[in-house]
Amino acid sequence: MSLTNITSLRPSGTGPKYWRSLDELANTPQFREWMKKEFPESVTELEMDGSSRRTVLKLMAASFGLAGLTACSRPVEHIFPIAKGVEDYIPGHAYFYSTVMSLAGQAAGLLVETHDGRPTKIEGNPDHPFSRGAATALAQGSLLNLYDPDRGWMKSPEASWRAFEDGFLKTMSLGDGSGLRFLSETVSSPSLSALRSETLKKFPKAKWVEYESFQRVNGRLGGEIAFGSPVSIQTNFDKAKVILGLDSDFLGLDWTTPLPTKQFSSRRRVESEEDIEKMNRLYSVESQFSITGANADHRLRLASSEVKQFAIDVATMLGALQGLNVLNNGNDRRSQFLAAVVKDLKAAGPEALVITSPRQPPIVHALAFLMNQTLGSLGNTITISKATAEDRVEAGVDALKALTGEMSSGQVTTLVILGGNPAYTAPADLQFGAAMSKVANSIHLTADGNETAAAVKWAVPEAHFLECWSDAATGTGAAAIQQPVIEPIFGGRTAAELVAMIAGSKDTKAHDIVKNYWTAQWPAAERDKTWRKVLNDGVIPPKQAKEEGAKLTVDAKRIAAAVTAEPKAAGGGIEVTFVPSSSAWDGRYANNGWMQETPDPMTKLVWGNAALISVATAKAKGVEDGDMVALQRGGLKLEAAVLTQPGLADNTVVISLGYGRVRCGRVGKDVGFNANLIRTSDAFWFGSGFEMTKTGGKYVHVTTHERGQAEHMNGRPIYREATIEEYKKNPKVIDEMNELPSLHSVYPERVYDQGYQWGMSIDLGACTGCNACVVACQAENNTPIVGKDQVRRGREMHWIRMDRYYVGSEDEPRAVEQPLPCMQCENAPCENVCPVQATSHSEEGLNDMVYNRCVGTRYCANNCPFKVRHFNFLNFHKEDPQLMAMVFNPDVTVRMRGVMEKCTYCVQRIEEVRIKTRAEGRRAIREGEIQTACQQTCPAEAIVFGNINDPQSRVSKLKKQERNYAMLAELDLKPRTTYLARLRNPNPELGA
Amino acid sequence: MSVIVQHDPALLEVNPPLVLGNPSYHDLSDRISSIIEPEVGQTPLKYWITLGVTASITGLLGAMLTYLAVTGIGVWGNNRPIGWAWDITNFVFWIGIGHAGTLISAILFLFRQKWRTSINRSAEAMTLFAVMCAGIFPLFHTGRPWRAYWLFPVPNTDLNMWQNFRSPLIWDVFAVSTYFTVSLLFWFTGLVPDLATLRDRAITKIRQWVFGILSLGWRGSARHWRNYEAAYLILAGISTPLVLSVHSVVSFDFATSVIPGWHTTIFPPYFVAGAIFSGFACVMTLLLVARWTLNLQDLITIKHLENMNKIILVTGSIVGYAYCTEFFIAWYSGNIYERFTFLNRAFGPYWWAAWSMYSCNVFIPQLYWFKKMRTNLWVMFIISITTNIGMWFERFVIIATSLTRDFLPTSWGYFHPTWVDMCTFLGTIGLFLTLFLLFARFLPLIAISEVKGVRAYEKHAFPAEAGERVH
Repeated sequence: MSLTNITSLRPSGTGPKYWRSLDELANTPQFREWMKKEFPESVTELEMDGSSRRTVLKLMAASFGLAGLTACSRPVEHIFPIAKGVEDYIPGHAYFYSTVMSLAGQAAGLLVETHDGRPTKIEGNPDHPFSRGAATALAQGSLLNLYDPDRGWMKSPEASWRAFEDGFLKTMSLGDGSGLRFLSETVSSPSLSALRSETLKKFPKAKWVEYESFQRVNGRLGGEIAFGSPVSIQTNFDKAKVILGLDSDFLGLDWTTPLPTKQFSSRRRVESEEDIEKMNRLYSVESQFSITGANADHRLRLASSEVKQFAIDVATMLGALQGLNVLNNGNDRRSQFLAAVVKDLKAAGPEALVITSPRQPPIVHALAFLMNQTLGSLGNTITISKATAEDRVEAGVDALKALTGEMSSGQVTTLVILGGNPAYTAPADLQFGAAMSKVANSIHLTADGNETAAAVKWAVPEAHFLECWSDAATGTGAAAIQQPVIEPIFGGRTAAELVAMIAGSKDTKAHDIVKNYWTAQWPAAERDKTWRKVLNDGVIPPKQAKEEGAKLTVDAKRIAAAVTAEPKAAGGGIEVTFVPSSSAWDGRYANNGWMQETPDPMTKLVWGNAALISVATAKAKGVEDGDMVALQRGGLKLEAAVLTQPGLADNTVVISLGYGRVRCGRVGKDVGFNANLIRTSDAFWFGSGFEMTKTGGKYVHVTTHERGQAEHMNGRPIYREATIEEYKKNPKVIDEMNELPSLHSVYPERVYDQGYQWGMSIDLGACTGCNACVVACQAENNTPIVGKDQVRRGREMHWIRMDRYYVGSEDEPRAVEQPLPCMQCENAPCENVCPVQATSHSEEGLNDMVYNRCVGTRYCANNCPFKVRHFNFLNFHKEDPQLMAMVFNPDVTVRMRGVMEKCTYCVQRIEEVRIKTRAEGRRAIREGEIQTACQQTCPAEAIVFGNINDPQSRVSKLKKQERNYAMLAELDLKPRTTYLARLRNPNPELGA
Repeated sequence: MSVIVQHDPALLEVNPPLVLGNPSYHDLSDRISSIIEPEVGQTPLKYWITLGVTASITGLLGAMLTYLAVTGIGVWGNNRPIGWAWDITNFVFWIGIGHAGTLISAILFLFRQKWRTSINRSAEAMTLFAVMCAGIFPLFHTGRPWRAYWLFPVPNTDLNMWQNFRSPLIWDVFAVSTYFTVSLLFWFTGLVPDLATLRDRAITKIRQWVFGILSLGWRGSARHWRNYEAAYLILAGISTPLVLSVHSVVSFDFATSVIPGWHTTIFPPYFVAGAIFSGFACVMTLLLVARWTLNLQDLITIKHLENMNKIILVTGSIVGYAYCTEFFIAWYSGNIYERFTFLNRAFGPYWWAAWSMYSCNVFIPQLYWFKKMRTNLWVMFIISITTNIGMWFERFVIIATSLTRDFLPTSWGYFHPTWVDMCTFLGTIGLFLTLFLLFARFLPLIAISEVKGVRAYEKHAFPAEAGERVH
């Protein structure tokens, strides 16, 4: 990035006036002279760091700060600064805009909170069928990508969109497109799909390949095996009573929308007798230990490659497959599990659901379809509809392999890479980078200066999804418009714009492409009104309910044939399983400090990944946590550090993708280990035959939980759970877990019974541990990012943390997740020890923190039994790029160093509603009107906040539940945050 | 040099002479004053070298505190869960050391323990310097030290701040500042007759002038002595409860909290005993060095040292008893958190610190049951050092083991000191030694007037004759 780029970044056309002076400045000969002196060619690229770089950023941030004022939802082409004032616009007031984000082919509707034109928080759109008001951790974290100062990368100072368009694109002749290839990520945008068809029509010999690291291709291919035609699948977890997950992490990363969690947890929240009867039961078979496994009532650890055989066995025992023998390998646990699952699935019938993962091969998907059909659940818990396949659009790793072959043999003259980062994410055996050098004209629409951008001829900046118009459809036909909330900060454009530019389409502006695509489908008279409505609602309802699902039937014979035709797994050696990362995903969030610092829900690793192995395997191989090992197969090798995780399949290494980026911004460069180095097209998600050898090196993993003994509850009644049998027998079972008699004060205590008394209830039965609340809190409350070294020193700042405990043996453990915000104790131990009354109690029962009174003795944190107070040991905002200042929530103070901070129950939200209530002349705040950030985004609806002084409020009712308990209540803390104990629904045949 | 006075050997056994060599009053004045009168005897070069070293270390302290105040507490190893670490460990350590001075001055004075006379002056000075070192930590351990004055009830208009008198830290502020003030007054009052002696001996204008002002017009008249004795007695009376209260209050920082391992009623007596234990050990270290380097064998006799060793043995055993009680109560309470904390203390990640503490504080001092050990200079020097190591570890163990593993295992952690932690602690040792060296160079290390009073102690004593002064 360099100053000359500012010229190129200027939006073309009629930009607002204030750009002009900078433009003129950049063009004067004196300035250019100074530029040359100041920034010699060699340092103008990413390497440019330090003060000069900072100056540039400062300039940019200042300009863009003003630019942001003009954003809102209006089309880019008509943006004006609010010099004269806009009707109904109140400065300082938060405005919400609906938009949509797609990741790995799935789309979730979002609401973006903006303050004076700056997006400051992402929340789920309550009207969107795939988010229903919730947003995943990744969706929320993507906000910080918007303010990533390392975005907006161009290869050279001379590069600009104009230079690209006039100097490069127009000189190219594409002819019939015989040498033209498009490589995009999964396209979920209907308007881009239409544009694609148009473009492919124009270039009859061109091809389009969709590839990304995590892609839902195997399900589609499995559908083709099962049904003989491509299908789109919708899973209804809320209709399922018994769920069998075959390596499926549907509560975690196998779905990029919060929908499965919403649906699943709706049958885990036990508030009445009927709810107990309605409770679902989850069986999970997996090699990694995912949060889905942690939420399962029964979990069986099997290597990823063994899942297929397990699926075959279930199908055989269900009677779906004929003439196959059920494997008996002497694994009693497996046999018992298998028998119980089959019996339970049969009993559930149409209410059963067999679900697998995009990481499992197509045949497992086909088997899952078959089992669901046999059980009668096809059409109920899982609905299938016919999908239309597009000609000349290939997807998945095989398609990429074919493309790479064409590239290597010189058949590709022009390669247009729309987003993504294939040079990094492509399997190592394809040698995509080498193949790319054979392509004469390679173009990359790049999100940041990534590995691919460095290798192509032309890299042009891609707009962040909050900066540009687009749309996204879900499998059910519902779509949503992706509307921008801010002008492109780095002059990025969308994939559709680039394609339109190449194809020479009529509409070249994203806004026109999207709007014209949709309005053409509506009656002419209603176009404007409908357009405004869909923008407001953030969802376009499907045209009509698709009913072809009933007609589709699984062909059992074809599956049986496919099963027998499947090659026998080679086996031997160590099996490596690749999984997406909960923080970096496939690497696109690597430069995002929020995500890097969000602990992995299970391993609690931050700022990196690890070669995860089971405790038994570690012992067998003689390795310990932090030992560097080389994983080798063929000519490929990866050196990574080992971390043991209880409950993993033996002889398996689980490693998450998305780390070890070498061309990345300041945050994500060289963080963790690049699993892509040993990922191959034949072992795309898992593969055996790896050799693991100790290299002798050592590495320090940074986790937010101490390892070893601290991973267990040590017999303390912290996280409480019971089976529904135990609970039915004795509803007081949770209460009776108290180890100690409660203490009571000998003095009369203050009674909080006037006005609003805020309280919170967290349902551990519903919570899946997905981390959405952690990121929501960080975004809402301006919590600083402290960096790997500071987390290693135990100074992470998350106001709500996700505690994870293992229960049981280290080979076959269960795991539980417990969100922990401040408990807001009525008898808060932190308050009486503060010498300067910087933390004291409000009339409404909040444990308030007065930052400007705090002198920082840290006594409060010491005396907090939950250790939820966080101290600013250093000025954690010192390293923040200037641009990042735009992400801060203006309703919340940014704390200075030397003061304590902690969860406030989002007091700014309470006050906002209070002011609104007064302004509207109402007497009282309505029930449910205030939502804390963690509550609002929780996909499991596990967190409920409200007035406990109102017996009719939801939180009061929940607190009256038998399974309500206060953690460490025996200390007479009277915490306002209480938990609802988890109820498990194990199969009595397998035991609890 | 002197005549050996014959005494009943049995009596000598009980009350050995406190001043050897039967010096005259003039001899005593001369002996003690000449140390600090460069006009008479040249200050040895080794003094300046030592002072240079300790002053440099004090400079290091200044550099560390500046770095800390400018950068933040993060330069130390403190973290979440361990919000206090070496900072408060050092604070309690130094405050503990500061206990011996007043104890020797006040309590032993009230109990008519004549043997205190040779050691009380330096012990009191040590107290003051130790409290100064201690005071640095609560001030600089705050995240915003420029706001630390908010801990004092100073009216301020910007925030309408008032202190929280429920907080033990506020009690600390008052306890420590009161202790320092009273100790300073006590020390100064005791110095007045000696300052007058120095004034009278002064041969330079500056010394005459300075000591003239400091001695407050002391002429040694009976009326002066009468007032002096009364004031001294009153100050001793005021100081005595302070000896017990300061460390009790310091222990409240821990005892009033809810953290297992801190939340315990045994802390006040246990802390006071520990403080006296460490204070005596520190006095011992300093006196042994002074005795050797300044040839004060006649004034600081084996009898003095042995008596101190007896106190070390007693207080060390009290501390050991407290350790046992803690373990017993942890078991007897049936509280799972308490039980875990104490098992974890002895066998958890900090086992090495805990066992260093048990060894140094409980096991090693048991050697003092043997008179041979009590009177062996090398043994007592080593034990005086190990005792202070042990007592530093005691505070560290209490803070670190309790904070790093409290209620929720997910918030457990470990403490790693940084170089700044280490240099800051080293710096306070430098400050302490620098102040002590300056004291030893400018003020009488031994109370001249009081030593004169016990010159012929063995003749007059048994029973000790209360308040008798000989001039």
